[in-house]
Amino acid sequence: MIQLELAGENALILYLPAAICGNNLSQLLHVQQQVRLVLGEQLQELLPSYASLLIVLKPDHQGVLSIKTLLEQQLRLSSSVLEQTGKLVLLPVYYHTGWDLNAVAARAGLSTAEVIELHQAIEYRVYAIGFAPGFAYLGELDERLATPRLSTPRAKVPKGAVAIADRQTAVYPAESPGGWNILGLCPIRLFNPEQAGSSGDMMPFAVGDRVRFQAISQSEFLALGGQLPQELC
Amino acid sequence: MSAFVVLKPGVLSTLQDQGRFGYAHLGLTQGGPADAVSYRIADLLLQNPNPSCQIEVSVGGLSVVALTDSVFCVTGAQMPLTVNGQPKSLWRSHPVKKDDVIELGFAKSGVRCYLAVAGGFRLAKEFGSNSTVLREKVGGIAGAALQQGQFLPVRSAYRPLFWSLPEKCWPDFSAPLQLALLPGYQQHWFEDAQWQQLCSSEYQVSGGADRMGYRLQGEPLLYQPKALLSEGICYGAVQLPPDGLPIVLLNDRQTLGGYPKPGVILAQHAAALAQRRQGQVVGFYKIAPDQLELHRQEQQRYWAELAMELRS
Repeated sequence: MIQLELAGENALILYLPAAICGNNLSQLLHVQQQVRLVLGEQLQELLPSYASLLIVLKPDHQGVLSIKTLLEQQLRLSSSVLEQTGKLVLLPVYYHTGWDLNAVAARAGLSTAEVIELHQAIEYRVYAIGFAPGFAYLGELDERLATPRLSTPRAKVPKGAVAIADRQTAVYPAESPGGWNILGLCPIRLFNPEQAGSSGDMMPFAVGDRVRFQAISQSEFLALGGQLPQELC
Repeated sequence: MSAFVVLKPGVLSTLQDQGRFGYAHLGLTQGGPADAVSYRIADLLLQNPNPSCQIEVSVGGLSVVALTDSVFCVTGAQMPLTVNGQPKSLWRSHPVKKDDVIELGFAKSGVRCYLAVAGGFRLAKEFGSNSTVLREKVGGIAGAALQQGQFLPVRSAYRPLFWSLPEKCWPDFSAPLQLALLPGYQQHWFEDAQWQQLCSSEYQVSGGADRMGYRLQGEPLLYQPKALLSEGICYGAVQLPPDGLPIVLLNDRQTLGGYPKPGVILAQHAAALAQRRQGQVVGFYKIAPDQLELHRQEQQRYWAELAMELRS
């Protein structure tokens, strides 16, 4: 049975069991397609995240309560969601000790090489996109690397920083303040506003997609268009 | 083509259209006019057929010069308005000639004004909208607030009739405000006694009140915190962080959040809240889901009656 709650006069939120798991992501991919079909032009916004899907309606909808009933009748969670795995995105990383790599290694009782290896070993999934445009929450990180956020966030995290916090990892799409532990830099642009309205992708991934990191050298990083932040020059 | 130039940007003036929709899944928030009611009235006064790009003037201090003849109006907070030093009324459209200077003083009541022009300002959109979100550096001109010397082209338009809104229809932003709260999200995490406290407490607007959200001060509502996975946040959602003081989330809110939410206030009240200042009193009352249809009908009647009140 689908669990739906009101989220305002023009919105509903669909809840799956509260867990960070691939099954939820597959269900979200599956159910999003159904919501699009059922609501068509009445739909203004679909916002999936971890175990929920926010459904925002255009103001001239047929009534939020009648839409709630409609969705309860029509939406079905899939019993076989294994096909819904999203696409695989490879992200190159120039791992570097210029930030928190040494501290993460010391805390985990590992060498920096082991940290780099463990960070690359997992095929992550995109659980949510938010915080800033293009910022994707990827999980789950190897338990041995789980590291709390910095006690004092940095005022400036460089664009492309690949970072970890608790059992999540992410790439900062633009320079911003932030409290995650930085392991290196990704040269790929993750947010391309100029693609808005064209057929190209503004972002390489969506919630439910899979991501793998691949270590590269400094020269490869530069060849891929990466720019070294001032603190490394 | 008609145009204006910014002489003084004032405290904080940003370009806003109706908001940015369809991009929340990329992490982009909605933006748009913090007081969508005053914004919409400005377009009605100018007979703009579609929601236009206007200037949202926070606190005051904006001045612009017309480079060509044009028609404009100002709605919203009570800011003294002059054209070439001559006082002019808010909630009324006015003609300006080439080289006329429009100036806004500082608001006596309310927080934000909307300076709209016939046809609307015409600038390149980002993600389908002109709305400026400073935190995201998106919209407006280069994602920033207006700066001195900026050139603001205007869409060509038929010269509108000169309309005004009678004074009895002007909103009073100094009045206490009761916010209709529709239960939703984690409504069941809160017991009856907590709901009662939330809906009987008197809150004040705190210093932490901006386009992202309004943090309220008052008796903290204590509850047993539970872990919540980050989820999508709607316009008007009321968030209760562990300190028990509600935050009403507005146009520039972050798209995701992990604090429990007892519900969401109605959009009309969120717009009115955005015109309240630090120290002003607000409260919540519960609205049942089956009252929503009635509320929609009332809203339709409000806009229909308001359109009839507009006169030359």
